[in-house]
Amino acid sequence: MALASVQTAGQADGSGDAPLLELVGISVEYGAVRALHEISMSVQKGEVVAVMGPNGAGKSTVLKAVMGLAPVVAGQVYWRQHLLAAATHEIVKEGIAFVPQGRRVFTHLTITENLEMGCIYLNDRSEKANRLDSVMELFPVLYEKRKDMASAMSGGQQQMLALGRGLMASPELLLLDEPTLGLAPIIVKEVFEKVAEISERLDTTIMVVEHNIKGVLDIVDRAYVLDKGEVVHNGTPDSIRETDILTQVFLGSA
Amino acid sequence: MPVNLDGIRTFARLAQNPAELARHARGNIELWANLFVIGWAIAFMLWQGAGFAVIVLTVFAIWAILAVSLNLVVGFTGLLSVGHIGFFGLGAYTMAILTSDPAYEQLRTEAIPTFGWTFFAALPVCIGLAGLAALLVGVVFNRFRDDIFVLVSFGFAIIAFNVFLNLRSVTRGAFGIHEIARPQIGNWVFDGEVEFLLLGLAFLALVMLISWFITTSSFGRVLTAIREDEQAIEVFGYRATHFKLAVWVISAMMTSLAGGLFASWTSFIDPNSFILLESVLLVSIVILGGLATIWGSLLGAMAFVLLEEGMRFIPYLPTEYIGQARQVILGILLVLLMLFRPQGLVGRYRL
Repeated sequence: MALASVQTAGQADGSGDAPLLELVGISVEYGAVRALHEISMSVQKGEVVAVMGPNGAGKSTVLKAVMGLAPVVAGQVYWRQHLLAAATHEIVKEGIAFVPQGRRVFTHLTITENLEMGCIYLNDRSEKANRLDSVMELFPVLYEKRKDMASAMSGGQQQMLALGRGLMASPELLLLDEPTLGLAPIIVKEVFEKVAEISERLDTTIMVVEHNIKGVLDIVDRAYVLDKGEVVHNGTPDSIRETDILTQVFLGSA
Repeated sequence: MPVNLDGIRTFARLAQNPAELARHARGNIELWANLFVIGWAIAFMLWQGAGFAVIVLTVFAIWAILAVSLNLVVGFTGLLSVGHIGFFGLGAYTMAILTSDPAYEQLRTEAIPTFGWTFFAALPVCIGLAGLAALLVGVVFNRFRDDIFVLVSFGFAIIAFNVFLNLRSVTRGAFGIHEIARPQIGNWVFDGEVEFLLLGLAFLALVMLISWFITTSSFGRVLTAIREDEQAIEVFGYRATHFKLAVWVISAMMTSLAGGLFASWTSFIDPNSFILLESVLLVSIVILGGLATIWGSLLGAMAFVLLEEGMRFIPYLPTEYIGQARQVILGILLVLLMLFRPQGLVGRYRL
């Protein structure tokens, strides 16, 4: 059961409603395993969109497909209604940043060095310093520890570092892959607050993959529910709370 | 950092106050490692006299250039290459052939091409050729990482050795090449050992400077990130293969420079100087000193040279066993090191 209205880019009615990012009929296969089956999604500018679903539903693969990190066998990704490049380094140039699952901070680099890794195409020193300042303002803990190695940080702090590193590229679209994985409940709350703050203060469009349904539904505008590589629901947090779609996909009672 | 300036400053301060030095040194293995190797080197050279000291230091300069350049690849980038001896050999053979003396070579039965170039004319060719070879090899090697990378670099060392041994029309195979010229500027020849030592140390300083610029730049930061998580940096738009290829080529060029120096210094080379074992010893030096530290590579090279040269003075040890004995001792040392100090003498990271 795919999303009903499959609409190709450029045909979007009304220029104001043209999606920032649009996935059309994307299929991903890892060898013989099909991770995504002709899924279509769209994200409007300024939106915070969640991608939810049980393990193996293909949530992370959606983000990887956008970033050119997954073997896409069919379908197109449109960015501002133009076909998005396939190579990751080209995609990064377009203003899309990815915060990978498991934080992936560089433990033998300092906090500042880690942040600087996030802006490969920025050569202007003063602009780089400005961005460092603004990211550290958003995450005071990064400022406190700016000269420490990332290995000296806790898991929650490393997640903040990973978020900050993603923001260093000053992206228009931020893709977050399981930002609360393996974190204590109190830290999870903090991470969601930061995500909401990023959306609000920096006007960054955000697509977040989460298994933590309760927390994420409070901060998103819209959510996609995935099951077995297909989109089974698309709607506002309220529409999801009202139905039992999540119970169905998570507990398998079809 | 090429030289651990903070360490030296601390040392200078502590040296003035023995009580504080003793307190500081307790449990500070890094300081002890520094003191031990440097003290050992000074004692050994004083004991054996100036002539010997010059030889020890020259051998040290060549091994240190090798260790520092290999550390860029193994330590800073995390690519365990056991193939660098191939670039060392390439540099040495290029130097030997380009500087070979036509008058002398005519006396030999098996002819090789002769050019009669000077050292300084041949050296850029040594470096350039190695760079070119590294580029070609590196494009393929870039596809691999971790243990597979070790295996392919192993293959490269084997192939290089067999080329040196079997391409007889160019390398004269097992007979080797004799009478390799010493460096010369105008009429001034570096024929004295002290002059050559100074040249070697100057090149070592150059290599250290280049390594220091690389490792403290944003390029070096990316190399560190590659060592830690190559896939993660791709996410930020870095093409890891480009960075790996660049550092691989730079390292090969510096290794080849050491090869050119070595050929000119010994004046005779044959394929036995470029066997896989030498490459493994070189990796051992880098690990012994410490990964991702330029100063560590110097300490490792010095410790290795002292071991090698020091063997000659063990009483009752027949000369034919010296080579084997140094390998046994180095082997035992490495096992002990991995057990008790896996980060090397002054390193921060483990393999």
